Amino acid sequence: MKKKIIASGLISALAIACLSACNQGGQTQEQQSRGNTLTVLNYGKYIDEDALRQFENETGIDVKYEEYESPEEMYTKYKAGAIDYDVICTSEYIIQKLISEGEVLEQDYAALENYGNLDKDILDLAKSYDPNNTYTVPYFYGTLGICYDTTKVTEEEASSWDCLWDKSHANEIIMMNSVRDSFVPALKKLEYSLNTTDEAKLQEALALLDEQFPIVYAYFVDEIGDEMISGNAHVALVYSGEAAYAMDYNEDLAYCVPKEGSNLWIDSWFIPKTCKNEEAALKFIDFLCREDIGMANFDYVYYASPLTPVVEALDEEIRSNEAIIPSKESLEKCEVFTAISDEAAAYLNHLWQVLKSQL
Amino acid sequence: MVKQNSPGSCRNRNALLSRRTTNLLSKTYMAFIFLFLYLPIFVLIVLSFNDSKTRVEWGGFTLKWYVECFQSETIMSAFATTLQITLISAVISTIIGTMAAMGISKMKRKSRTFYLGATNIPLLNADIVTGISMMLLFVKFIDLGFVTVLIAHITFSIPYVILNVLPKLKAANHSTYEAALDLGATPLYAFYKVTWPEIRSGVFSGFLMAVTMSLDDFSITYFTKGAGVNTLSTMLYTELRKGIKPELYALSTILFFTVLILLLAVNYHPSKKTPSRAKEDFV
Amino acid sequence: MNRIKQQFLAGPYLVWIIGFILLPLAMILYYAFFNEDGTFTLDNIASIADPVNLKAMGLSLELGVICTLICLLLAYPLAMILNNLHIKNQSFVVFVFMLPMWMNFMLRILAWKLLLNKNGVLNTILLSLGMERITILNTPAAVVFGMVYDYLPFMILPIYNAMARIKKDYIEAAHDLGANNFTVFFKIIVPLTVSGIISGIVMVFVPALTSFAISELLGGGKVLLIGNIIEESFMQGMQWNIGSGLSFVLMVFVMISMAITNAFDKDGEGGTAVW
Repeated sequence: MKKKIIASGLISALAIACLSACNQGGQTQEQQSRGNTLTVLNYGKYIDEDALRQFENETGIDVKYEEYESPEEMYTKYKAGAIDYDVICTSEYIIQKLISEGEVLEQDYAALENYGNLDKDILDLAKSYDPNNTYTVPYFYGTLGICYDTTKVTEEEASSWDCLWDKSHANEIIMMNSVRDSFVPALKKLEYSLNTTDEAKLQEALALLDEQFPIVYAYFVDEIGDEMISGNAHVALVYSGEAAYAMDYNEDLAYCVPKEGSNLWIDSWFIPKTCKNEEAALKFIDFLCREDIGMANFDYVYYASPLTPVVEALDEEIRSNEAIIPSKESLEKCEVFTAISDEAAAYLNHLWQVLKSQL
Repeated sequence: MVKQNSPGSCRNRNALLSRRTTNLLSKTYMAFIFLFLYLPIFVLIVLSFNDSKTRVEWGGFTLKWYVECFQSETIMSAFATTLQITLISAVISTIIGTMAAMGISKMKRKSRTFYLGATNIPLLNADIVTGISMMLLFVKFIDLGFVTVLIAHITFSIPYVILNVLPKLKAANHSTYEAALDLGATPLYAFYKVTWPEIRSGVFSGFLMAVTMSLDDFSITYFTKGAGVNTLSTMLYTELRKGIKPELYALSTILFFTVLILLLAVNYHPSKKTPSRAKEDFV
Repeated sequence: MNRIKQQFLAGPYLVWIIGFILLPLAMILYYAFFNEDGTFTLDNIASIADPVNLKAMGLSLELGVICTLICLLLAYPLAMILNNLHIKNQSFVVFVFMLPMWMNFMLRILAWKLLLNKNGVLNTILLSLGMERITILNTPAAVVFGMVYDYLPFMILPIYNAMARIKKDYIEAAHDLGANNFTVFFKIIVPLTVSGIISGIVMVFVPALTSFAISELLGGGKVLLIGNIIEESFMQGMQWNIGSGLSFVLMVFVMISMAITNAFDKDGEGGTAVW
């Protein structure tokens, strides 16, 4: 008797699974023939999921959403060609590389309904990698800096990258698990350009990072905010918005862009050559430029938005927060990444592995 | 016979005393391992009711993480995908595997060696290598997605079915099947009436093994999945690297109790323990 | 006649073997032994000699061996105790020790992360007892912890099953013939459970050697195992040929370690014998 119950239970569970799978399969096929799915590739924790649902509801387009951690990972995922992405968000130097490889489609973004919301200054800034603003639409921008626990580290200390090398913070330092970002403090300490490909200079930077390795608590990316909130470290190398998020939960935290200078980054959306549904991709980008959606995403990610109406709607207190909107001074001491050659990237990657295989 | 029922009964008092010490030691040791295995799970369960997002400190009792867990599209769709992949792959691999086992049992040594050798490849190979090799193949021919994950799961599940069914076929009496045919039964009828009852428990435990393996797989799914397709394992891998999410504690608690109840139900089935036992039989 | 017909039942499986077991392996071999432009090369295999990869391989072997040893040391006494339990619900007790195996692998890792965290449960307890806090997370020790936790049931089961098969008469007979507990243990119990030990070792060592998720989640990016290098070469570095070369080397390593362990299995009860 028991056997029968179990058996019938299993069978009905299976039937449900099959049905829903068929249903799903049927749906996707149908939608594909109508051209109504959109495969999106984005950084982790970089969009308000409710906004995604809203987009699906408003347009009837089914979004397949995929996340990645580092720009290098995104480049590999895209280049592997295993999945045809329709619209991708990533950092400026990877976009520059993809544009030069002819992987990015040119679009008349200026014709988008909500394009006027974009800040002219940021569009000008984006011209460094996209001269006519025809390949990309900026999504968020920010700086790389130090998030520190004010009860453990003084403002004075945190104003220099040296605090990441300070042995008194041994095992209380978090670095970024991302190649180019992790090299920023070392290169800036040495007063070199962030875009140097000179092997001798990179070796010098590696030597500094090597020296730092034993006192580093961990190399994280998206976890840093939560780790700082929990008080698991004194200082961390972070993106501005991640620091802003952490500061929201823990009053003791603060953010600063060290005086030696740092990195200014702009993440943008682009439509790659593999896109099978340009219309939906454009709709998606347009949707993200809408004021209410921009606001929802800002509330979720806490990076500086290039949408003027969003920034204007913010309180003065938030607008003056260095971790959210970079000040003029910090923008001036920051440098933007540019694309480096494949060989240089491979070399940098090799150095990175050398660093991490010390144990 | 008598001795078997009274182990150690004829030993002297000293031995009895040392037996007591051993007994105490045993109990302590069991408790230690038990703690090691269950303390982490216990912590997860407690934290799933904790009303504080990021700190491990107690912030009061709440059920909101359970609500959020059920409302989270990411968790729910991964859950649905996992169920679909697991059940469909287990059924298909059980069918293919049982048929294959029946075929193999009738084979001559040479072809049998080939089949069993091939069966051992996914079992013995490292998951990461199996996953990568399938990814390399899929990338050439089809888009990665639900189907590729399904194929991969079927591939690594079939061997478990075969290795559970083969011993049963070996133990089965072959002449009864032949006799049934001689007496005019159709092969299908003879199979149902004669072979099936003998291999049923093996097929069932093979199916359970397939389910277990599919549920627990991470590496192979990780390499063969496409955009937007996530099983619980791959979803958790992505989420864990994004920081603390108490919904996941709620999910753990739900899963733990589901598994507990399901396994209790299955364990009181006549073929109990076979799934676990089968596990070591192939290595 | 019938014999031939019934063999055809294995047909679908043959297709499956060729399509999804042998062909993928051929792909990995192709990528490992040929360059992007299709010329034969051994460079990808030789890349294991690169100091970075060699170090990662060494660390993987080291952690794999430590994890396997700890599992063995923990599991063997437990299996013995479980086997000697003289209670009604023995199978239920065994079941209790197996249950965590069915929890999702990732959730088990998450649990450890919470326990070992700097301000986690373990340290909170230690601090409240007036002891020093310990930093385990993001070190190789944490990775070993995670591995032991994840793979321990795979060691307990085969050893327990092997023990359950030992006839009590043997032990009784040995005692009656004057053997003490030590002799019984080393001359009877251990030899009769070798096949279980071997199974357990293989089932723990191979996944421990090749894992990349545990080191990624518990190692804080500071513990680079060969699995991580391979994963990165496919998912981040765009170096499929080198990744395949390293995978091939890993495959060979797994085979060698399996051959070594099987050599200890004198009666051939373990091994790949199914019958």
